[in-house]
Amino acid sequence: MEPIEGKAYMEQNKRSRGMKERHYWEEWTGRIYTSVCVVFLVAVIVSIVYFVASKGVATFVVNGVSLQEFFFGTKWSPDGEPMSFGALPFITGSFAVTVLAALIASPLSLCAALFMTEIVPKSGKRILQPAIELLSGIPSVVYGFVGLTVIVPLLRDVFGGQGIGILAGCLVLSVMILPTITSIMADALSSLPGGLRESSYALGATRWQTIARVIIPTLLPALLTGIILGMARAFGEALAVQMVIGNAPHIPQSLLESASTLTSVITLSMGNTAMGSVHNNALWSMALVLLLMTFIFVLLVRLLERRNRI
Amino acid sequence: MKAKTTDKIATFVICFFALFIVVLLVGLLGFILARGVSHISFDFLTSAPQTLRAGGGIGPQLFNSVFLLILTLIITIPIGWGAGIYMAQYAKPGKITDFIRLVVEVLSSFPSIVIGLFGLLLIVNTFNFGFSLLSGALALAVFNLPLMVRTTEQAFRAVPKEQKEAGLALGLSKWKIITSILLPAALPSLITGTILAAGRIFGEAAALLFTAGMSTPPLDFTDWNPLHARSPINPMRPAETLAVHIWKVNSEGIAPDSKDIAAGASAVLVLLVLAFNLIARWFGRVVYRRLTAAKRMD
Repeated sequence: MEPIEGKAYMEQNKRSRGMKERHYWEEWTGRIYTSVCVVFLVAVIVSIVYFVASKGVATFVVNGVSLQEFFFGTKWSPDGEPMSFGALPFITGSFAVTVLAALIASPLSLCAALFMTEIVPKSGKRILQPAIELLSGIPSVVYGFVGLTVIVPLLRDVFGGQGIGILAGCLVLSVMILPTITSIMADALSSLPGGLRESSYALGATRWQTIARVIIPTLLPALLTGIILGMARAFGEALAVQMVIGNAPHIPQSLLESASTLTSVITLSMGNTAMGSVHNNALWSMALVLLLMTFIFVLLVRLLERRNRI
Repeated sequence: MKAKTTDKIATFVICFFALFIVVLLVGLLGFILARGVSHISFDFLTSAPQTLRAGGGIGPQLFNSVFLLILTLIITIPIGWGAGIYMAQYAKPGKITDFIRLVVEVLSSFPSIVIGLFGLLLIVNTFNFGFSLLSGALALAVFNLPLMVRTTEQAFRAVPKEQKEAGLALGLSKWKIITSILLPAALPSLITGTILAAGRIFGEAAALLFTAGMSTPPLDFTDWNPLHARSPINPMRPAETLAVHIWKVNSEGIAPDSKDIAAGASAVLVLLVLAFNLIARWFGRVVYRRLTAAKRMD
């Protein structure tokens, strides 16, 4: 015995099958569309690594420049006779500005983050947080412009010489990475479980004792994550540094001497070299070094995060 | 007693440096605006740049920046939102999801100049798009996607779980729930995130040197056929943006007033980026107020 007979039954059956079909299609369009987007991201990263690596490796494989010459050679003369492609001056320059910028910016950032979370949480957030966010919004070419019109003449007046060089570069970079480091540190500080802080105060510790002996040791991996991410930004920054560093292709003897970084050389020379020439390939090798450094920075951040979870 | 003195000194030092940062920001913004605003005029904003004579403007550059921003958003929004939705709704915890997260993280840490070089190699040379607005927009999309994916994922995760469950109880398909329940709820934070991303796109220069190029052909603002070489909306023409122009004027400008042009252009760029930030905040606040008011009425 069927509850519904004839036409009515068929009608209902058809409608529910139609619903099911539409359901099915909707389910799959969503799944496929979003998956395609994700696959696109993966394809992009694979092709970036592939293209940059294939060009960068060509210097050593096709053009026969030795790894030793590239990484430890101090002479960069792509037009000289004989040509030499020592990239050590640029690698040193990149590391020098990055480390110095981190050394300047990290203590400042830590103070700012502590000010926002430990000393005056309310008004600190209201004044300092927007300031930090605005700082991070200023484009890097504008930092370069300010560096060129304020910092370089200032250094020239104070120390003599040209004013351009490592010192000018790392000063500009330190202001640029300040917001990155501060916001990560402030996030870490405000995510600290309340109990730790209160128990320290309950034991009669002063604020500074609490900060120095409880908060900072507990959060050290997270604070270091901020510094590493700041350094990653400094290492890859191109235009602001290029504008103030002077771009001389040798290892500087002092902080006030003109120098170069990997990014500044690529910026200046890439447009003037023919695709496929040794000079051009050597620039791609530098891009490959930048890429590898990015991986190292990400790896460091991941290691620190794992420590932080405990 | 001694601990208290140390505490006071430490507090003073921390406050001093925090204040120092505020002063630094005020000084920085004050300098950029004081140096540049006096140079901004209607003529400066609309006229074409001069290479040798004084009195050049930034008209085409400003137009290029806005047009490039629009092109980039057209490319980024569907892909970025899609991938973000995948991460928030479809991805199951496991090796593949961890891998995608790593990809997003690495992609967002790549230096923008490396993205520019990749664009030069693949888009400009291999795909043969040449130095063009479209190449620039594609490179900027790569540069900007990870950020977009992350904000989208966060926006979708922030929607209360009950809303999704209500949709499931009604027997809706997952995609229907996403598009008609979750998306409207997440839209305010999506838009705020997108406006903030737009500010970043606007100021970016390193990735554009090798993709959109460093020059602009003379534009004919009466010709709106996108296929003509001199038309401003032709996506296949080279285009120098405002940020690239500032860099170029600073490093190789030979016009007698190049310093003033750099200052004026910097002020315009900073004002626009600040405007993007303020609009994003204002929008977020307005929507938040609306949503909470709506809740109160229930």
